[in-house]
Amino acid sequence: MPLVLSEDQQLLQDSARNFCQQVTPVGELRKLRDKRNEKGFSEDIWQQMVELGWAGMAIPEAFGGFEFGYGGLGVVLEETGRTLVSSPLISTVLLAATAISEIGNDEQKAQLLPAIVAGELLMALALDEKPFHTPHHITTSAIASSDGFVLNGQKTFVLDGHVAGKLIVGARTSGEETSAEGISLFVLDCDAPGVEITRTSMVDSRNAANINFTQVQLGSDALLGELDKGYEGLEQVLDIGRIGLAAEMLGSTQAVFDLILTYLKQREQFGVLIGSFQGLQHRAATMYSEIELCKSVVRAALAALDEPDKSRQEIAELASIAKSKLSEVFFLVSNEGVQMHGGIGMTDEFDIGFYIKRARVAQQFLGDANFHRDRYATLNSF
Amino acid sequence: MQELEKFRESTRDWLEENCPQSMRTPMVQAEIVWGGRNPEYKNPDSKLWLDRLAERGWTCPAWPVEYGGGGLGKEESIILGQELARINARPALTSFGISMLGPVLLEYGNHEQKLAHIPRIVRGEIRWCQGYSEPGAGSDLASLGTKAELQGDHYLINGSKVWTSYADKADWIFCLVRTDTDVPKHSGISFILFDMASDGISTKPIQLISGSSPFCETYFDDVKVPAGNLVGRLNEGWTIAKRLLQHERTMISGFGLARGQSDRGGTTSTMGSVEDAAMHYRGDKDRLSDAVLRDQIAQFKIDSAAFALTSQRSVEESKQGKGPNATSSMLKNYGCELNKRRYELLLQAIGSQSLGWEGVGFADDELLVTREWLRSKANSIEGGTSEIQLNVIAKRVLGLPDIMHSSKQGKADN
Repeated sequence: MPLVLSEDQQLLQDSARNFCQQVTPVGELRKLRDKRNEKGFSEDIWQQMVELGWAGMAIPEAFGGFEFGYGGLGVVLEETGRTLVSSPLISTVLLAATAISEIGNDEQKAQLLPAIVAGELLMALALDEKPFHTPHHITTSAIASSDGFVLNGQKTFVLDGHVAGKLIVGARTSGEETSAEGISLFVLDCDAPGVEITRTSMVDSRNAANINFTQVQLGSDALLGELDKGYEGLEQVLDIGRIGLAAEMLGSTQAVFDLILTYLKQREQFGVLIGSFQGLQHRAATMYSEIELCKSVVRAALAALDEPDKSRQEIAELASIAKSKLSEVFFLVSNEGVQMHGGIGMTDEFDIGFYIKRARVAQQFLGDANFHRDRYATLNSF
Repeated sequence: MQELEKFRESTRDWLEENCPQSMRTPMVQAEIVWGGRNPEYKNPDSKLWLDRLAERGWTCPAWPVEYGGGGLGKEESIILGQELARINARPALTSFGISMLGPVLLEYGNHEQKLAHIPRIVRGEIRWCQGYSEPGAGSDLASLGTKAELQGDHYLINGSKVWTSYADKADWIFCLVRTDTDVPKHSGISFILFDMASDGISTKPIQLISGSSPFCETYFDDVKVPAGNLVGRLNEGWTIAKRLLQHERTMISGFGLARGQSDRGGTTSTMGSVEDAAMHYRGDKDRLSDAVLRDQIAQFKIDSAAFALTSQRSVEESKQGKGPNATSSMLKNYGCELNKRRYELLLQAIGSQSLGWEGVGFADDELLVTREWLRSKANSIEGGTSEIQLNVIAKRVLGLPDIMHSSKQGKADN
């Protein structure tokens, strides 16, 4: 399992870093927020990202993608994380495209994946129903009808739900409301009758929505994967999502740490640089150590996704290690980022506020540190 | 690539034939081999295993053949390590000569010094100890005062060292001495080697809170040392001293990989995993009933896994580089703190059965937990305290400005 980037990945990293810093620095997100942009991302910049091939990074060539692996997608996410790029990369590429290529049948792949690669289709995964990530707790129901299913229920915290053309919805087709058995996944159009989408304004200025489904009619071809047995595939997709999200969080965390180091080396108080104070040096050194651990787990987890012989158990453990570790460390570094900047850290004018806001949303999404420690313990039978 | 696979195959075959079966079981404290002039082999297979490995230079696989090492390349050494791990082979030799002195002697020693000492380190014939700390020079190591005065063809050494690991059992010492008192403290230190059987040396073991005595006080009273035993240039020993510390820190960071403390004379506790112990002592079946402890153990295991990956990554990255560097401070610090956490969690895992000191009512492995828990407290002190490691990271890795301090002799420099 290689823990250092390959040459190709390094080239990709350089070009992605360059693009993010030139074209979409943090100021872009600020602009989207201040102008109350309707979509919450710049379509122009998204099209440039599509042209760079980022929308087809991990998608097989047979469906128009570039087969650069999840490792390649992770490299891009780390860089977009550095400058807090708001784009459909997570909703559409990391989650939805992954769901289709991992679980979908050939017809669904042929219909949806090339459109995603070409930047013509945005998609969103509608899963959570409570303010906490409990992926098998699903009450949204899909009841079999004469020619398909009827969908009823509500979803929350749906990333890019308000701009997506299609949704992937986790619904209960049988079983108790907390059971992993009896869950199925469906693909449907956002403009289908009975689908009501409300954009929510989140603290990180990124995009999410609440969605209600009222008597939505689905054809039998809307089913993604097997009936009643959707959870296993869903977990796999979520784990890939958690690892990709951890890569994005790694980029953001490093960006905050860079801001901290710069400030420690330029701010003077009591006639000396504040970076000479041991009280701050030790905290910086502790953060450095934790970030080094984060790099290792993200690299290992991404590499594992591209290794065909890795078991589900190994991937699941790595996903929970990566997501819990990054949740803890992004939390730590974003808090220290504000504190060590003193008064200026509290001002909206300075960028660090965007990072602490993003940290909390990213921590929560796809399971926080507590969720993943609990899951890790269960995976290890204790 | 094919060459490497061939090497793996032949290594596997050789190990299959030459590694005795009893050397493929977990190490027990009594059977750790330290080598030396009067070696102890509680298990005769230990000697066989050491002799066979040493003959190929495989106790020090990457060292030059010229000096008795294995002469293996970086990748071959990694393969050998993997194959040894695959059969759970015990380390044939635990030696400060291998983990600390050898690498710096190869870097800074002259040909005669290498020829005199390296082959004997490879074969485990000489047991080394480390003369660094002094009663007045702990974290501020460079303020050390043990004096070496040149008198014709030899140095006369006077002073004392403390925390000298196994000084009472060692054959030779690598020692930091002051050779100039009129210059800033870092500029008057030299690195010298001498025989512990020389006249004028006495040692006195120090009993620790764990009850064991792995460290000594060491006294030098007019000890005569040949001038040719000085390594590197006169008064430039601090550079060698710091380099050696990087190797030491890399070694100690291994504690965090749950390899136990055997390099320092302890062993990995026989308790097995913390979570198994916690469930066993509570009679839990599928799930640990103490929810708080369960969460803490999960966090500990996640950090341990992340740390192991980081150690592995640093090996991969050093393929292009030159061995340990300032990041060894990060690994040392994190590894030690992890090992301390592990023992604190073990205490919680087995409750009052972890608090016995001796005698009836406690099993041997329970008593070992008590002692090892206490011993683990030294991990973040020996080889430079955690606070010193954080200083090194702040300055050497992060480039933060120097800490102001009041010493007359110059700036702190660890």
